[in-house]
Amino acid sequence: MRRINSVNEFVIRFANVNGTGSASANGMFAKAIYRMGVPVSAKNIFPSNIQGLPTWYEVRVSERGHLGRRGGYDIMVSVNPQSMEKDLKDLEPGGYFLYDNTKPLDPGLQRDDVTFLGIPLTEICRREYSDPRQRQLFKNVIYVGALAALLDMDFQVFNTLVADQFKGKEKLVAPNLHALELGYQYVKEHLESPLPITTRRSDRIGERILLEGNEAVGLGAIYGGATVAAWYPITPSTSVVEAYEKYGNRLRIDPGSGNRKFAVVQAEDELAAIGIAIGAGWNGARAFTATSGPGLSLMSEFLGLAYFAEIPVVLVDVQRAGPSTGMPTRTQQSDILPAAYASHGDTKQVLLIPATPREAFEMAAASFDLADRLQTPIILMSDLDLGMNEHLSDPLEWDDDRRYDRGKVLSEDELERMNTRFGRYLDVDGDAIPYRTYPGSHPTRGAFFTRGTSRDEYARYTEEGDAYVRNMDRLLRKWETAKSLVPAPIPYQEQPQSSIGMIFYGSSVHACEEALDILREEDGLVIDALRIRAFPFNRQVQQFLTEHERVFVVEMNRDGQMRTLLMNECEHDPARLPSVRRYDGLSITASDIVAGMRRVLDRNNVVPLKKKA
Amino acid sequence: MSYVRPSFRHPQLPANELGLTRRDYEGSLSTLCSGCGHDSISGAIIQACFELSIPPHKVAKLSGIGCSSKTPTYFLGKAHGFNSVHGRMPSVATGANLANRDLIYLGMSGDGDSASIGLGQFGHVVRRNLNMIYIVANNGCYGLTKGQDSATADVGSVSKAGKVNPFEPIDLCTLALHQGATFVARSFSGDKDQLVPLLKAAIAHKGFAFIDVISPCVTFNNTPQSTKGYEFVRDHIEATGKIDFVPMKSEITAKYEPDFTHEVTLHDGSVIHLYKGDKELDVLDRRSALTAIENHKEAGRFLTGLLYMEPENNDLHDTLGTTRKPLRDLNEAELCPNNHALQVINDSLR
Repeated sequence: MRRINSVNEFVIRFANVNGTGSASANGMFAKAIYRMGVPVSAKNIFPSNIQGLPTWYEVRVSERGHLGRRGGYDIMVSVNPQSMEKDLKDLEPGGYFLYDNTKPLDPGLQRDDVTFLGIPLTEICRREYSDPRQRQLFKNVIYVGALAALLDMDFQVFNTLVADQFKGKEKLVAPNLHALELGYQYVKEHLESPLPITTRRSDRIGERILLEGNEAVGLGAIYGGATVAAWYPITPSTSVVEAYEKYGNRLRIDPGSGNRKFAVVQAEDELAAIGIAIGAGWNGARAFTATSGPGLSLMSEFLGLAYFAEIPVVLVDVQRAGPSTGMPTRTQQSDILPAAYASHGDTKQVLLIPATPREAFEMAAASFDLADRLQTPIILMSDLDLGMNEHLSDPLEWDDDRRYDRGKVLSEDELERMNTRFGRYLDVDGDAIPYRTYPGSHPTRGAFFTRGTSRDEYARYTEEGDAYVRNMDRLLRKWETAKSLVPAPIPYQEQPQSSIGMIFYGSSVHACEEALDILREEDGLVIDALRIRAFPFNRQVQQFLTEHERVFVVEMNRDGQMRTLLMNECEHDPARLPSVRRYDGLSITASDIVAGMRRVLDRNNVVPLKKKA
Repeated sequence: MSYVRPSFRHPQLPANELGLTRRDYEGSLSTLCSGCGHDSISGAIIQACFELSIPPHKVAKLSGIGCSSKTPTYFLGKAHGFNSVHGRMPSVATGANLANRDLIYLGMSGDGDSASIGLGQFGHVVRRNLNMIYIVANNGCYGLTKGQDSATADVGSVSKAGKVNPFEPIDLCTLALHQGATFVARSFSGDKDQLVPLLKAAIAHKGFAFIDVISPCVTFNNTPQSTKGYEFVRDHIEATGKIDFVPMKSEITAKYEPDFTHEVTLHDGSVIHLYKGDKELDVLDRRSALTAIENHKEAGRFLTGLLYMEPENNDLHDTLGTTRKPLRDLNEAELCPNNHALQVINDSLR
């Protein structure tokens, strides 16, 4: 039997029952790999449930630095009888199946091309612990200890890791180390170790950190100067505002009074959440809300108001699988179109699309400047994978000389000095962005009435068709201005090298980069690539489309929403935009992308452009 | 109906402490139907703000959608206004107030806006005790869509179309009391003598001040069989008593009979004198207010006037512990931690 043999290149999947504390033990395993200096990427694939249903945790270990999902599992830690049959079936040939052999394995569960590794986890726990809760919790820690032996991990890493993890709860350090030791010892005494799959210390991490996208966004909102956050709990966005509040309590307390320099309101629903953010934005505070697909649908009426009345506000959409309630704990990029054109009537919304936690932090901070500058909603399009999983990320940086751009706001002095009439919706500078005033600024000047109804340049209600058209056309010119202000796309080549291109966005970045490597190495195909980071598309996107005969659009939704947006906004020929999609709720893998592209390229009998020597 | 406001004003219009005349508190000309109760509410707001010498630009006017929500255009033209989304004014007001706690927030809503589409937001803004004045111009019908019954229409009330309302009404004062409102009053747009002092007290009150103003719709709901028409209201109204509002800085000159008056000191030191019409009602007792409303309802009467107040309370800013300085005025130095703090965070993520 062939057995998978590798060092620092494998995928391990943990199959657990949710609500049993497995995620923190599995996270400890991933963190240990990270601390050994080996690039790691962990994905928590969890149910929309609190206790008792199957949950998986997938860790890819990759010395070469591939951080996307690879597809396939080399090691399965199967401690959930509910999913054991499927877990065994999914294992790669030559893989390793670690299970609890306190009771004999169901005779139906057989494969002769994998190695079974039985550890009596339940029995060890029964012997060692009397408290049922401890038995459950430490079972997870014991298999992590077993893995340490099986994969030849540096046990010293666990010593410091456990000490760090339980800082302030020192009583828990020794029992956790003991549990790790139990697993480690059992393997040493009863099983072959190390396995042909092993780990070793490396130096491929550098300065990088492990961070969840939602935490990065919450922290970005603190650095970006947000003072009002209103939200309604919804998976997978909940931890955005929780992180904002956590860091606010650490970094935004007035030292003299102990008062908070921020406000968080848990609203009654998403309608109120965005209403609060818009009210605060109207009154001059930097405000945001965070939600997911169903919340975006509920918020769209208010998004139209903020678009039309020109009120700065930031909305974080952590996308999940839709439509409707969909798969609330699975990832997708399926809110692109509803966000881009959110609300009735002619509307277009600015989207920022981060791919990594570092970018999520930066874009969150920048979104408040952009909202103030453009006086319109800015929607940060994250997703469950980026938001709720810890990703290896470049460390966060802040330029202490950076100043907030509060946009075109007339102060009391400026209003006093004005010798022309203030017109809230007057295009004074030719960039179609008008000036605004905060309520209460000046006793007699600058007051205006904000409304979702049509009005003229001086904010007076009107039903005159001409005035309406002037305003709508100015909003379109403002949209043109936005193109030069939103983050530019990231090209993967200086000059076009290929007639075939690939466009992608958001959290598929790592899988796409890996796919480009595979196509180069295995197919000799050099493919130009562009990562879109914002909507409206700026000139570079348009240029990339015209410069390439065909451009593959990689995305995680059924309908090719970004492709539709490109077709619509760039008036581009659909035949030149082949699509690669995955929408089963799991992140797209490099092999999905490679397979999808090969299918199209083979069908079209493309002669590959050979890799330059 | 007039469509131009005459520019003539009496040369000796009285001025208030700020040197402003009543005219400085007016807004654009109303486009509501002539005789609309809502215009009387606008007039009372102008009167109250003028007499209290409130700088007009220190008021933020917020509204939802509907006839009532159009009225902020017709008063305090020097104040910013926000005509937002149907039923969602409470959330917009909440955000605005959080951004700058130093302005006076005046929310103008209607029975459709607050008791139907906005019932959820109404209930929640009450329980957060947002520091604002919340007025519902209550006419029991939808004016802008031509007279459909609203959720405050009484059972058996007949609209212009001749339809008898079969559904139980929502009493917003009762709801506000249940949700913990710290100031609850009901009034009638035709009773300026009562409405103006009530508005003054509501403005001086710290916390959520709710006034349900019965304000007849002359066009669609002023039939003899409508319980929100002028005739019916005038015939069935009963006041909790006459109200005097004495601002903090004024000297109390009038003499009050101790047995028949109740004196309530507000958070800012202002004083309300209530001449008790209803001896059973204790305005500091929530349960007593609920009972009084129910008793009058049973007798087929409207009870107007101040129903309940809790002068000392925690508003939303107190609850959230926000800074004294308005959040919108905080600058980079006050808001943005530095790169050093970020590097410490990076270290904690390794």
